[in-house]
Amino acid sequence: MLSRIAESLFWIGRYVERADDTARILDVHTQRLVEDPWIDEQRACANLLALMGAPCPPEEADTERVLATLAFDRASPSSITGALSAARENARGAREVLSAEIWESLNVTHNALPQQRTMARRYGPHSLFRFVRERSAMVFGLADATMSRDEGWLFLVLGRSLERVDMTARMLSTRVLAGDAAPSWTLVLRSTGAYEPYLRTYRGAVNSSRAAEFLLLDRLFPRSVFASLERAEGCLAELERANVREGHRIGVAGEAHRIVGRARTMLEFMQTDEILARLPARLDELQRTCSAASEAVTNRFFTEQAPQVWVPEGAG
Amino acid sequence: MADLFDGYPLGQQWDEMFAAPGQPRAPYTGLFSSLQPMSGEELAARADVLSQTYRDAGVTFAHAGEEQPFPLDIVPRVIGHQEWSVIERGVAQRVWALEAFLADVYGAGEVFADRIVPRSVVTTSAHFHRAAHGLVPPNGVRVHVSGIDLVRDEAGDFRVLEDNLRSPSGVSYVITNRAAMTSVLPELFGDHRVQPVAEYPGRLLAALKASAPAGVSDPTVVLLTPGVYNSAYFEHALLARQMGVELVEGRDLVCSGGQVSMRTTDGQQRVDVIYRRIDDEFLDPVHFRSDSVIGCAGVLNAARAGRVTIANAVGNGVADDKLLYTWVPDLIRYYLGEEPVLANAETHRLDEPDTVEWVLASLDQLVLKPVDGSGGKGIVIGPRADERTLEELAVKVRSSPRDWIAQAPIGLSTSPTLINGRIAPRHVDLRPFAVNDGTDVWVLPGGLTRVALPEGELVVNSSQGGGSKDTWVISAPRPAVEPAPEHDVTRIEFTTEDLSVEPPAQDPGPPNDNALAQSQQQQQATTTRMAILAERDGGGRGSAPC
Repeated sequence: MLSRIAESLFWIGRYVERADDTARILDVHTQRLVEDPWIDEQRACANLLALMGAPCPPEEADTERVLATLAFDRASPSSITGALSAARENARGAREVLSAEIWESLNVTHNALPQQRTMARRYGPHSLFRFVRERSAMVFGLADATMSRDEGWLFLVLGRSLERVDMTARMLSTRVLAGDAAPSWTLVLRSTGAYEPYLRTYRGAVNSSRAAEFLLLDRLFPRSVFASLERAEGCLAELERANVREGHRIGVAGEAHRIVGRARTMLEFMQTDEILARLPARLDELQRTCSAASEAVTNRFFTEQAPQVWVPEGAG
Repeated sequence: MADLFDGYPLGQQWDEMFAAPGQPRAPYTGLFSSLQPMSGEELAARADVLSQTYRDAGVTFAHAGEEQPFPLDIVPRVIGHQEWSVIERGVAQRVWALEAFLADVYGAGEVFADRIVPRSVVTTSAHFHRAAHGLVPPNGVRVHVSGIDLVRDEAGDFRVLEDNLRSPSGVSYVITNRAAMTSVLPELFGDHRVQPVAEYPGRLLAALKASAPAGVSDPTVVLLTPGVYNSAYFEHALLARQMGVELVEGRDLVCSGGQVSMRTTDGQQRVDVIYRRIDDEFLDPVHFRSDSVIGCAGVLNAARAGRVTIANAVGNGVADDKLLYTWVPDLIRYYLGEEPVLANAETHRLDEPDTVEWVLASLDQLVLKPVDGSGGKGIVIGPRADERTLEELAVKVRSSPRDWIAQAPIGLSTSPTLINGRIAPRHVDLRPFAVNDGTDVWVLPGGLTRVALPEGELVVNSSQGGGSKDTWVISAPRPAVEPAPEHDVTRIEFTTEDLSVEPPAQDPGPPNDNALAQSQQQQQATTTRMAILAERDGGGRGSAPC
């Protein structure tokens, strides 16, 4: 598969997942502002912005700012709209390998954004978040139903999994780092889509260490950090399989595989108390793992296409 | 209120659908009776669905840097099978003649020695590339894909307006137009036997594979695109997808040691055939523009070394030059010894001082076209131009007459088109696409009908913001089939055709007795042709136990 196409698929996975997760986080955030009578809106908003990598001075932070930055900013790939446009742009360059349905679904999503934005401004943002969740579910659902399980699929799932690790880790950080302006554990669970699975697993009562444990370590819940890391590791192992055949005997073949595998092992074999005791540091580490892994994937698979400069004879 | 076509005005030009008000031409009778009872609103509602389908699927044409949907008109254009067979023959004939001409230009040059075409016409053309001289493509094909633009004049005859032998675009719209139309107006297709167009990608792939360098058993074909910002990117992606080949950009290719490869996640993979949709000038920075970043350095040398095939071939531009166009009928006579099936539009070369003077004097009655222009750029339509344009034109023509040709304006035929909820006549042309696999020139039944949407507009070009129509070629009615005789499974019939005319060279020995005995029993029981069979069999093999 062409490196350029592989890279596009990896980023489609990341962008669509990012749009989905951001929509979930914002949805819970805006609901919380409405429902919680004691909330300090400014601090909550400032925290959220800082967490999502778009800090602003605390006195300027308000819901409008949050939505403008994280939902409607067309130029930034960290906002919902920007991420979906970026996903669609990547898909446009990879149209011959994506199934027509996936492309169409991304294209329709992108085309509907201006209208959704107007609707959101008029009737509140909830409809937009819902729309984004549905559309990303559709994109991944179509990928699941129509893509061969070849390299293209592996890169798409790899991108999605790494992004998910990153977003879930960020969500956990809000709770851990923000002190008294932090959202409750219930909200954290809800914004990662984990609330109901959690309740069914632990039968009621939300308890802080259990919730953190669930989001970090649960093997069965697909959005937990552990499950996502495991998924990413599986994709990398599959992608590197050629090296195994060729007799690579020490450790794993790729740097990305090593980084992801180490993070997964840390979660898997360290005692839960030990992890929770140093949670902020662990979460920080996880986020760094994600960017390091993403970089390693790029170096390993995509840089075959480093731009080439051609100097004609005599022009030297 | 119904009666869609009531009040449809007929002008001087040939109308595709109507011979006289309310009287559709023969191929259109079915369409007319289906559409006539509809109201403008109903048709407009369906047209909305049609354009929504296009927006969703991202069927776009980048025009002036922006991605725009390519408007598809809901009223199809219909071509009867007899008319089509003329087009088919005419287009194939032209392609063969131009292939021969290109082989000659980049080879022996006999056409110049025989004084059919002056050598200067070719050597002064910007599209003549010395680098292509002596480069003989593996199966001799240079024009793998061509689009011959046709228009219909006032008398209803098709004439060739120009040849496109480099990388004609538009075929993707032929395919998507058909798919969209069948979903929006399925009942119309039920009443007509429309020849399908979906075969095109398969035909193209077969032709590309056939042109691979000798000795490559399973050639790897790639489609080289300038990238997502190219106006025809949609087409490149669609063709690559439907052919199942990689869509590559220049940066995906690497050329070393005379071999072209693409960079993949598994390292470099060999490429045998490049269907390129990049202009010659940008294809290879070694030979052409060194500032090109969308090409691949060294690809032309690889082609010269016979390691990769470039389709369409480099340097085809000399043969679709607007000046050379005026010689094509002569080329057909010279190379094929045939009369042209499709005539050119009446065209004047500005090579004699007398002609130049005459043209300058009658600029306001002629259409002047720049020789090197494409996509309708720079064309001046005399009868519609204002004073200043004509004065500027006169200066340009006088200073370099070689850069221009003059044509008598053709009253392009009109076709009913849905405009703001009403049916109105708009000018159309036709670009049939031909694929040459080296043994056969196949013409895609239909081609792209482009329609000029502004009223009275004569330049019909997708780069000028035109629209398109689905183009139907109606199949010839099948010869009346007699009702099939009731099938009798116990009966096996042989005719003399079933037997090989030539007796086998070697006697294979006594035939396998069981099977033969059985079939012979059946023959004896049922058929009177037995005698012939026995005679043949006996005579041929000399040993049949009969």
